[in-house]
Amino acid sequence: MALIDLTIHEMQQQLAAGSTTAVALTEAFLQQIKATDEQINAFITVCDQQALAAAREADEQRAAGNVQPLTGIPVALKDIFVTEGIRTTCASKILGDYLPPYDGTAVRKLKEQGAVIVGKLNMDEFAMGSSNENSAFGAVRNPWNTDCVPGGSSGGSAACVSARQSAATLGTDTGGSIRQPASHCGVVGLKPSYGRVSRYGVIAYASSLDQVGPLTRDVRDCAIMLGAVAGYDCADSTSVDLPVPDYLATLEQGVAGKKIGLPKEYFIDGLDDDVKQAIDASVAKYKELGAEIVEISLPHTKYAVACYYVVATAEASSNLARFDGVRYCQRVDEGTGLADMYSQTRAAGFGDEVKRRIMLGTYALSSGYYDAYYIKAQKVRALIQQDFTKAFEQVDCILTPVAPTAAFGLGDKTSDPLQMYLSDIFTLSANLAGICGMSLPCGISQKGLPIGVQLLAKAFGEAELLQTAYAFEQATDWHSQQPEL
Amino acid sequence: MKITRAEVEKVARLSRLALNEEEIGTIIGQMDAILGHVEQLNELDTDGVTPMAHAVPLENAFRCDEVTASLGAEKALANAPNEVDGCFGVPKVIE
Repeated sequence: MALIDLTIHEMQQQLAAGSTTAVALTEAFLQQIKATDEQINAFITVCDQQALAAAREADEQRAAGNVQPLTGIPVALKDIFVTEGIRTTCASKILGDYLPPYDGTAVRKLKEQGAVIVGKLNMDEFAMGSSNENSAFGAVRNPWNTDCVPGGSSGGSAACVSARQSAATLGTDTGGSIRQPASHCGVVGLKPSYGRVSRYGVIAYASSLDQVGPLTRDVRDCAIMLGAVAGYDCADSTSVDLPVPDYLATLEQGVAGKKIGLPKEYFIDGLDDDVKQAIDASVAKYKELGAEIVEISLPHTKYAVACYYVVATAEASSNLARFDGVRYCQRVDEGTGLADMYSQTRAAGFGDEVKRRIMLGTYALSSGYYDAYYIKAQKVRALIQQDFTKAFEQVDCILTPVAPTAAFGLGDKTSDPLQMYLSDIFTLSANLAGICGMSLPCGISQKGLPIGVQLLAKAFGEAELLQTAYAFEQATDWHSQQPEL
Repeated sequence: MKITRAEVEKVARLSRLALNEEEIGTIIGQMDAILGHVEQLNELDTDGVTPMAHAVPLENAFRCDEVTASLGAEKALANAPNEVDGCFGVPKVIE
């Protein structure tokens, strides 16, 4: 098997056995990036020299007996994570050649555990988008069909794993931005519960919704990566001080006797036939594995899109105020004063979708509209969270589609932002409620595109989620399907 | 229409975004469609519901009381588009 086809746990074994080295793995991935990224455009920055130096260091550490779980494993990061000395763009023109003076916590943890960072990944600008077409560095293409989108906003993170350009990646998920691209690219993606992973050093989009999570080849790798980055961090006051369980220890416990809920509101008109069939087959598989399937109701599901696009844009309009041409950014100044400098800098630096969301959020927070939009949406958010609280009194896990369709074509939805937003219907609620969710491969459409199934568990139920996903993966081989490049 | 041209121009000013005529024309229709969709929140009776700002209820969170090194002026200024004598330079605000 080629080095780039190995999972992290297989690489760990080969590295331990001395049958490969961090340098060999890193060279193999850098070669794959070179060979495929002109087509895919998953990377904004490839760090060959730094990666090879880190790989040599990892091999030296291993020789000296200092072995961490990720020693010598090549990974890549969504370009939303600030990385000391490596250009960080958030896929925006406004940041120019921003060189962060520090590493974010998740990045620091990966480095401390010996991971080799091969590069920074393309994304929708400031994580705003569902197709990865909103990038100042060009759209990412789906490795399964380069006329299709990879999903977004962590489109580069999903495409990278799918195209075997690194062993695993980190993304962020504010409304589905890990799970939806994972589904569209046929990889495993996990959005942890709000507060599970530190957001320190992650460029903020909507702070009450943003979470960091892994995208990987399989569920075991996902457990390894989550274990590496999870945990309380005093630099993020919203991270939660709960112990991080050993996700690998409980991975193989199976699903016999588990109750899996099917929310009737998710099986609606507009759900593509191929997706429906794949989800039905997943349900049948879980029955076969001994799980009990229970129909449940999440009655406020249909309000999630409206609720999310008020809450998220309001928070974004505030967070993105920092891009003002003073501390960083490409300043545009026509000499007509400070306020004009701000407005000109921001007009020149932000793309259309970012401008649209700042405008919507500013409107929702503005005098006269605050109660009608922002407070109303926060109340509906509470109702959505209560739906899940009630559901998890009945069931251990919830199973749904990730998206109503497989990956759509490049350009199909760019002219109609509302249609693009509506495609996020199945993933937004988990962020609003703060629970954890993941996407795992469960089928291939008639057009040859991957389909994902979403599993949701209650807040801090990641062990439950991974266990449930692992049982499915062991009984199917969808995760081992690969695109032809 | 849920939103008027004058409102869009006002929001652009509040947002510190210098939008051109064409952008304003496009965004009026888009914001109108999105706000139209958002209207459906009004179908729900939310009287007595406590607004939820955050998924995790938080009390005041103090950082760990430890002395740590700060970034330092040189690193903090390294990305500034206009550095003046160890400070961030900005256009004159007061004549």
